[in-house]
Amino acid sequence: MPQVSLTVNGTRHTVEVEARTLLVELLREKLRLTGTHVGCDTSQCGACVIHMGGDSVKACTILAVQCEGASITTIEGLAKPDGTLHPMQEAFREYHALQCGFCTPGMVMSAIDLVNKHPNGLTEQEIREGLEGNLCRCTGYHNIVKAIAAAADVMQGRRSELARAAE
Amino acid sequence: MYEFSYHKPASVADAVKLLSADPEARPISGGMTLLPALKLRLSKPTALVDLSGIAELRGIRRDGGTIVVGALAKHYEVATNADIKAAIPALAWMASTIGDTQVRNRGTMGGSVANNDPSADYPAALLALGATIQTDRRKLSADEFFTGMFSTALDTGELVTAIHIPVPEKAGYAKMKNPASRYSMAGVFVARGPAGVRVAVNGAGANGAFRAPQMEAALQANWSPDAVAGVKMDPAMMNGDIHGSAEYRAHLVTVMAKRAVQNAG
Ligand SMILES: Cc1cc2nc3c(=O)[nH]c(=O)nc-3n(C[C@H](O)[C@H](O)[C@H](O)COP(=O)(O)OP(=O)(O)OC[C@H]3O[C@@H](n4cnc5c(N)ncnc54)[C@H](O)[C@@H]3O)c2cc1C
Ligand code: FES
Ligand code: FES
Repeated sequence: MPQVSLTVNGTRHTVEVEARTLLVELLREKLRLTGTHVGCDTSQCGACVIHMGGDSVKACTILAVQCEGASITTIEGLAKPDGTLHPMQEAFREYHALQCGFCTPGMVMSAIDLVNKHPNGLTEQEIREGLEGNLCRCTGYHNIVKAIAAAADVMQGRRSELARAAE
Repeated sequence: MYEFSYHKPASVADAVKLLSADPEARPISGGMTLLPALKLRLSKPTALVDLSGIAELRGIRRDGGTIVVGALAKHYEVATNADIKAAIPALAWMASTIGDTQVRNRGTMGGSVANNDPSADYPAALLALGATIQTDRRKLSADEFFTGMFSTALDTGELVTAIHIPVPEKAGYAKMKNPASRYSMAGVFVARGPAGVRVAVNGAGANGAFRAPQMEAALQANWSPDAVAGVKMDPAMMNGDIHGSAEYRAHLVTVMAKRAVQNAG
């Protein structure tokens, strides 16, 4: 069986996989990192989004063997070891950006990539377009958009309009 | 997915060797089309030959009046590349509208071109811009390369290595997206440049991307949105399905052509 060596959330793993094993299967079934979800398995819903070399990608549409040498971050890799949440996670909680939570790991991972790719901040329209690859069946997206705007302000060191309004 | 073996060659020569030794082996680039198809068991390759480790397939550069795009250039790279944004902003914008961020972070121009999905964006751009597709063994004009829905002039085991795009004076693109899949229902790319005035359509045709000669003649005579507004497309040439009838798509092509000329300025 092929072997793949990759770094997941800072830890190096060498795992035996089948050539047809998907990255999301490696993460969930071999490494037991079940925060990355499978919603559609047809590359459309974004529940499986993780970061590979800093870019958001769909882990259901990548073979594990394609990740040789890659550096992967999953939702489990965001919070600090002491449990302090990443600003994006904190904002999702603060702004009630989830209901059932199924889409949330993928949303958070996509949102962080989106903010990182827009160092000068984002408009609401850019946030909505940036979420094209993530489907949520519960929230209607409004609070997700608000959470991302607020987290972007925190991540980029601005005082948040939204935070001010909420005060 | 059925079982297959996996290879990751470091050169085009090695990839071609692997593919010619086994006619049932398939290349994989971004996998954004191939992996969903394999999951549906639509095909059963014996082996996947991963092109992503081949340095000579990477990169985007300007070479005089031509933009050369390596087959492995991701949609995200095409959308954000400074040379493309300066020379062919319509192509950069097109790339930014493909699928979603995660698809653009993996999918490649070479994979899209080789696949020639009738709703894919790039084939219309390459036809309209008069691009040349370089393979491991020859050069083909876009007109020769795209031979109909999901069909190209590539031989079994032949690889797209780069796409050469002459820089136009003006180019513009407009598309109507399917509200669910976001794939093109009708997209039109117009260009005026070294290859003349050319207009190509994706998403709408019954047999894949195609050029629209009447629109080209109209724009040759008068480069303005009004010039194409009067050109009616024949519904018999169009695809009709649950997303839209052939008549609707024929109408959309004219509307998108008008907007594409507007966008070109
Ligand atoms: C959710 C979703 C939405 C999408 N929306 C759009 C859209 O709006 N517009 C659009 O245009 N596309 C869209 N796509 C398709 C996407 O653009 C793909 O990236 C592209 O069609 C294929 O590129 P790839 O690198 O992923 O190719 P792969 O999937 O790796 O390969 C595709 C085919 O080409 C062959 N191949 C790959 N590379 C080469 C090569 N260099 N030479 C010869 N053959 C090769 C493979 O064997 C395979 O048959 C979407 C995909 C998804 C999953
Ligand atoms: S599970 Fe990967 S996109 Fe839906
Ligand atoms: S919170 Fe339920 S799917 Fe998004």
